[in-house]
Parts: sequence; structure tokens; C-alpha cells
Amino acid sequence: MSIFIIILKLILLPTLSPLCVGIVRKVKAYMQNRRGAGIFQPYYDLWKLFHKDEVIARDASWIFYLTPFLLFGLSILLPLGIPLLGSIESLSFFGDFIITIYLLATMTFFIALSGLDVGSAFGGFGSSREMTIAALTEGTLLFSFLPIALVTHTTNVILMATTASGLPFFNYLPFVIAFMGFFIALMAETGRIPFDNPSTHLELTMIHEAMILEYSGKRLALIEWANANKFIFFIILGVNLFFPWGLSTTANLSSLLFPFILVIVKATTLIVGVAILESSMAKLRLFRLPDLLLTGFIFCVISLITVTI
Amino acid sequence: MQNLFFTSLLVLTGGSIISLIVQRDTKLSYVSSVFSMFGSLLALIFSIGALITQSTLTTTLPTSFPMFNISLHIDPLAAFFILIVSLIALPASLYGIGYMKQYAKEYNLGVFGFFYNIFLISLLLVITAHNALYFLFVWEIMSLSSLFLVIFENKKLQIIKSGFIYFIMTHAATAFILLSFLLLFQFTGSFDFETIKQHFASIPFVIQTIIFLCMIIGFGTKAGIVPFHIWLPWAHSAAPSHVSSLMSGVMIKIGIFMLFKMFLDILPQTPLWLGYVVLIIGAVSSILGVLYALSEHDIKRLPAYHSIENIGIILLGLGSGLIFIALKQPSLAMLAITAGLFHTLNHAVFKSLLFLGAGSVISQTHTRNIEEYGGLIKLMPYTAIFFLVGAVAISGLPPFNGFVSEWLTFQSLFSGIATSSILIKSIFIFGAACLTFTGGLAAACFVKAFGITFLARSRSIESEKATEVSPLLLISMGTLAVLCLTLGVFSFFVITNIQLIVKNLSLFSSKTSSLSSTGISLQVNQNVAHLNMPVIFLVMAVFIALSFGLVYIVSRKQKVVLRTVWDCGFNALSPKMEITATGFSRTLILIFRGIFQPSKQHEIEYVDADIRYFSKSKTVTLGIVNIYEAYLYYPLHNGLSIISKQIRKIQSGNVNQYLLYIFILLLGLLIFARY
Repeated sequence: MSIFIIILKLILLPTLSPLCVGIVRKVKAYMQNRRGAGIFQPYYDLWKLFHKDEVIARDASWIFYLTPFLLFGLSILLPLGIPLLGSIESLSFFGDFIITIYLLATMTFFIALSGLDVGSAFGGFGSSREMTIAALTEGTLLFSFLPIALVTHTTNVILMATTASGLPFFNYLPFVIAFMGFFIALMAETGRIPFDNPSTHLELTMIHEAMILEYSGKRLALIEWANANKFIFFIILGVNLFFPWGLSTTANLSSLLFPFILVIVKATTLIVGVAILESSMAKLRLFRLPDLLLTGFIFCVISLITVTI
Repeated sequence: MQNLFFTSLLVLTGGSIISLIVQRDTKLSYVSSVFSMFGSLLALIFSIGALITQSTLTTTLPTSFPMFNISLHIDPLAAFFILIVSLIALPASLYGIGYMKQYAKEYNLGVFGFFYNIFLISLLLVITAHNALYFLFVWEIMSLSSLFLVIFENKKLQIIKSGFIYFIMTHAATAFILLSFLLLFQFTGSFDFETIKQHFASIPFVIQTIIFLCMIIGFGTKAGIVPFHIWLPWAHSAAPSHVSSLMSGVMIKIGIFMLFKMFLDILPQTPLWLGYVVLIIGAVSSILGVLYALSEHDIKRLPAYHSIENIGIILLGLGSGLIFIALKQPSLAMLAITAGLFHTLNHAVFKSLLFLGAGSVISQTHTRNIEEYGGLIKLMPYTAIFFLVGAVAISGLPPFNGFVSEWLTFQSLFSGIATSSILIKSIFIFGAACLTFTGGLAAACFVKAFGITFLARSRSIESEKATEVSPLLLISMGTLAVLCLTLGVFSFFVITNIQLIVKNLSLFSSKTSSLSSTGISLQVNQNVAHLNMPVIFLVMAVFIALSFGLVYIVSRKQKVVLRTVWDCGFNALSPKMEITATGFSRTLILIFRGIFQPSKQHEIEYVDADIRYFSKSKTVTLGIVNIYEAYLYYPLHNGLSIISKQIRKIQSGNVNQYLLYIFILLLGLLIFARY
């Protein structure tokens, strides 16, 4: 039974992830007074890329060839550690938030290497910027989990969320503060404004796009898809860990319907929120980003202190 | 059992003597390395045996000197460190056979082999020594033999300078250790560790405090803690690479071993503040070590700075362990100390792998500057894979061993944050914060180190001519790379055994650890956390294979065309247009400008100095300030010079004046003796 739900989660999230990207783009288009492409456009893009021939740089090594597969593989593995519906998905071997963060770090490590691999100046600077931001984000991300871990006495994300869902309402204040830190980390990790602009190819500003500039065809499709997976992973994690209301704590199938509807509503809200926030602010200068990340970190520490006093 | 250990010592001694005998014939120089391999193999078997049986061996050979006994004591903790020494010495010696050939014409390999074997012996003896005087004796042999290995390339001025810094620092450390042992002797009346252990509680509190601080400084200098670490990047980069791997992987762990042995076994029930001090030193060392590594472009100084970082991570484990002991929470202390010990083993493995990889690159390119490498992954494919494994492991990424020990360290720090006192809580928060930033920065640093060295195109003619190194070198690197993965995936097995070692300490007898392993899964009770590395490894492999399979099904018909990199329509890209290591880390250096104090200096030479439009040449010098050297060591050095100059004035060369000195001294002594 729980195996069935887990497999469903592992298939459902990668399937829906391009849709999330589509929604973000659509909302941003509305905010800019454009009609924009349909919300299913990312699916068509992936389909198109998978059926194109590839051009690969001669200087590329096996790291460049392998990275997209590794990235995609790890991105569809990540949801194992987070709850979609409730405690039914709990796995004793996976779900510690430390391994989740380090798997994300592994993805960043290899994409940065492949950015360096072809030896173009764009890729190199993309990697440098990506690693800079990733190095500073890791602390914020890890510390945003910590207050909840201390309240619930576990580092297993699924247990954390389901335990927290039963807490009295006033205990959620530190969660909200931690969420602000988490949200800043989310924007950084998924390459959103103000950290990175996912829809630009301007060499002065691009980070993620600079690293994957040399990719084409199926490998580009895999990387784009992996990024979409990462985005939906962060969205689900954000809404279910910091706002865990309505998560099911039983293994009863009929009790899963309400959490399912609720998670869709919560996730859509957050996605639209991300899109609105992205439209309403400009990209920050690279050297202003550490300040923002540090702010996020301080939010997490404040939350940590609030929780433990 | 014991005989195996003595046989190993005998073999190593034989190796050192034979090395001197055959020194004329460079073709036979491999013989001493074979002896070192055999000796370390015996020590390895011995240590595994001792760990399985959990036995404690004690032997005392009396000597004619009072207070000086050759007293050997091998408890499971010592056996664990013998395991680390021999586990690294084995591949390092094998590597040495192939690596030392390049020096055959210029330097005397016989003397090298002699000191190399003596160094291995001294490492084994220091771990087993149980008498303070005898310990100092072998400790000194270890320091001196390693010094001679560091200055092996003695025709280079830079290397002599490095050796000198190492010499000064290691003896300053020994002075502090000596002071602490003399204080212990003063108050317990014995140099024997066993007697000291029994009488330590009777020593006055102030003296205890001084002893603890002296030990932290003394052993910490050897381990490479900030701010006493300055010798480490010099010495590690000067020595031949397999010696660097031994020094960084093993020798600095001897300092760690002594801290573990002293604070957990010989001088137990340490005060709470000691835990704070160790934890804060660990946190600061880890973050500063990795930051300085980021600014480094020398392929051997970079991992040397990472040693400082990893020593910091080990001390985070030890420090939290000491705090938990003082708080009477032995089960958490056992978790923290297990984390520290496991990271000691892991760091030994991946750091020696990285040094051996760096050595292979240097032997092909004849430079240590990573700005001159590039594209080596195609020329040296196996070295590249092994170096990548080391880089991934040291960055703490799953499923390699570095991840597991960092996970354990995180778990113990989190348990500390859950304690009630606000002071302890904030210290643990500080430690955890430093550890997370360290992890991220280490990954950035190794993307730089691996990417600039092995990826893209060659940046110099030397690196274009590089070829893969000889199989001997590859085998030794490969062994360590496989170990990195095995220690990560089968960490449950290793940790179960380390737990036994910790349980064997009298401090923890009949206590249960909050870390337990059920089957192949690790479990921390306090935080309800599980880690099942074999399954995680399997899941990762399956999912990556799955993405291969799916893509194959969808788009197997699509072609792959090879073209040159997009050059924006200009002529072909040259290596000059690739990003450099300096450029890569410049963003982070500017972000941490408070620590680095980066400087930028332009020098422009004009064709005509009056018309400043056409420049003939342009130089930009980017610099950073080394804050310890600038604010601690230079003032210290200058102060010492000034004082020395003042004191020199009493040396007038006039005989009468010297007679006056003697007279005054005599008078003083007489007065002193009278009252």
C-alpha cells in the first residue's frame, strides 16, 4: 500500500513538474501584460528537444556527457525524502534532510563541473557564480529545517511534517520565520529572480543558463526537466513542511483524498506567489546576493532561538 | 599477536638499514619501499586482529634510566590509529616505488628510504607509547624524520624555507607538550601515563587548566588547528607527494590521536570549558581552512588547507563529545566521538588519495600551479577519475565516506542544540553553522580544483604533453578510491566497530550509545534519524540508470554531432579565454573580503609617458592578506628580533666584562642558595 503511494509520488511529481514551470511563466506573462504561451508549453519544448539531434563540443569529456543523466536521476529521486500526502510515505532509510541537501549539492557539483568542461568563458563564469551561491545557500537551507527538527525531535522530513501537523496553532510562528529563510534558499536553489533570471541569456547576469549553454537535444531536455523537478520538489517541501496542515497521519487510503486536494491548492498558491514575486522585483547584483542569503540565514537562526527558548 | 607488531617494526627497521646499504645503486631503491609495504601490511593485519579481539596489549621494557621506560600500550583506540597509519602507508609506499624514480638522478634515494622507514616506525611507536618521556623521544624522532622527508629536494631554496617553518613550529609544539608533561610529573610524580591517570584528579584546578591548554596548543599545532597551522601548507607542499599524503593523512592525525587519548582516557572527566574550547577551535579551523583553500592555486597547498578544515570537523566531533561528557550525557558523547573517529579515518583516506593524485599530475606537468593545467581528463583519464572520487568524498557528497561522517557530526551538533542551556546551545549553533558553510565552500573549492586541473583545454605546453602515470601509481590511487566508496557504502560496519572502540574507553564502560546500527542501517535515537547507505547507494545507481534507460527509449535515433565550442563568431577559442582558478574563486574572495582583505594593483607602462593613451604593457596583481601571518606571526617575529638585538648588547667581546658577569652570577647564586 505505502509502496504504491511512494511509486505514485515518484511518477506524479516529475510528470507535473513541467506544468509548474508553465504556470510560473503564464503568471509572469500576465503580470507583464502579455498573453504568454499555454501552461503546457514546457511539455512541448521537452518533446521537441528529445527529438532533436545533438551538437556537442569536441573538448567535452565524459563528465559533460554523464551529468544530465546524473542530474535527472537524482532529481527524480529527491521526492523520496519529502511528504506529499502524509506519514504513509515514511521510509526509514531515506528522508533525513541532511541527505536531501547533500543530494542537491551533488547535483550542483556536477552541473558546475560540466559548465567548466567545454572550456567556454560563459560556462566557467556560470560555474563560479553557481558554486558561490550554492555554497552560501546550503547553510540557510539546512538551518531552515533545524527549528522544526528540534520541535519534532527527528530529522526525517516526513516524520517532521506529520508530527508538526498536529501541533497547536501558535507553535507555527517559528515555522513562518523559518519559512522566510527557506523561501530565500528556494529562490536561490531554483535559480529565480532576484538570484538568477531563468529566461535570460545576457552574459552579465546569467548563472544557470551560462553553465548549460553548450547543451542541446536530449541532454538539454534532461537538464531542463531536472530543473523543473527540483522546482516542484522545493515547492512541495515548502508547503508541506512549513505549513503541514491537513497531512494525513494514517495509512488509510480514503483519508488521502483531502490531503491530496489540499497539497495541490497549497502548491499552486506558492507557485503563483513565486511568479508574482519574480515579476515584482529586479534581479539583484551578484555581490548583493550574499546579504540576502545571510538575511535568510538570520531568519532561520531567529526561528531556531524562538523554538528552543 | 604482539609478535606481529614487533615483526612489523623489525621489517621497517630492516628497510631503513637496507636502504642505506644499497644507496649507491639507484635501481635497487625500490627495495626499501617493498620493506615499508611489507611492514605496513603486517601492522595492518595486527591492528585488524587487535580490533576484532578488542584486546589491550601492554609491555614494558625497563631501561637503565630512571623514569624512562619503553612502555607499550595498545588499546583498541591505539589499534584503530595503527590501522589508519598502515592503511595509508601501504598504498603510499607502493606509490613511492613509482614516484621516486624521477628524483633518482638528482637526489639520494637511499637516505630518503632510510628516513621514510624511520618515519613509519616512529608513527607506530608514538601511537603505542605509554610513558611521557619515551613518548617525547619517539615524538621527536617522528618530527625530525618527517622534517628530513620534507626537505628532501634540498637544492631548492623554497623547500628549505618550508622545512625551516616546519622545524620551528613543530618544536614550539613540542615545548608546550613538554611543559604539560613536566607539570604532570610535578604533581603526580610519574611520567607513566597509567600513574598519571590515577592521580590526575588530585592536581589543583589551575594547574589542570594550564595542562589542558598546553596540550591543546602542543598537539593542536601538530594537528594543524588555526592559528597554529601555518607550517602545514608549507610542509605538505614541499615534501614528495606520497610523503605529503602520509603527513596530511596520518601524521597530523597523531596530534588528534593524542587529544583523544589524553582527554578521553588519560585525563578523563574534563571540565566543560575544555569542550567549548575544542568545539570553537574546530569550528573556526574548519571555516578558515576551507576559505584559505579557496584562495590557493597550488595543487598541493590547496589540499593542505583542506586538512586544516577536516581537522576542524574532527574537533567538532571531539569538542561536542567533551561537552556531552561534562553534561553527563554519555550516550550522546559516544555518538559525537564516533563521528570524530570516523571522520579521522575518512579524511586519512581521501586526503591521501588527493595528494597522490596531485603528485601524479605534478610528475607529468612539472608545476604545482593549477592555472597551467587543463584538459588532463583526456590525457590522464584514470588519475582524473581517482581525483574526482577524492574531490567528491572530501566535499561530503553521498554516497562516499565523507558524507557519512559529516552526517554523524551534524547529528551530534543537533543534539547539542537541543540541550537546555542557552550558552551551550549557541556554541553548538555556531559549530553547526560553520560546518554547513564549510561543506558548501569545500564543494566550491573542489569544483575549482578538479575543473581547472582536469577539464576544458590545456593551458600550457607542459600539460599538453602529459600522459597517464605508471600502473603502480594508478593501483595505489585506485585502492584508496575504492576505499572511499566502500567506507561510505558499508559505513554501518565500520561504525559498529568504531562504537566498540569508544565503548572500550573506561569513560563509557557499560553505557549505551545513542547511535546504533540495526542491520545495515544507522540510527540516532536522540533525533530519530536513520541512514542506510547501501540502500541509498543502490537507489542512486538505479535512478541514474533509469534515466539512461528512459532516454535511450525516447531518443535513441537522434544523432550526436561533434563541433568546436561556440566562439560567438570570432576565431577559435584559445586557452586564455577559459576561466582561471583565480577568476573562479574571486567572487567568493570578494564576498569574504573581511577575512581575505583582497587587494588589486594595476601597473601600466605607457609607450609615451606624457601621452597616457597607448599602453605598452599592463600588469594586474591580485593579492590577499594572510591574517595570521600579518597580525600574529610577523609581530611576534619582529618583537623577537628587537628583543634579540637588545640582548646582543651584553656581548661586548671584552673579557673583563664577561668576568664581571660570572662574578655577578656567582654572587646571585650564593644569595639564592643562602635564602
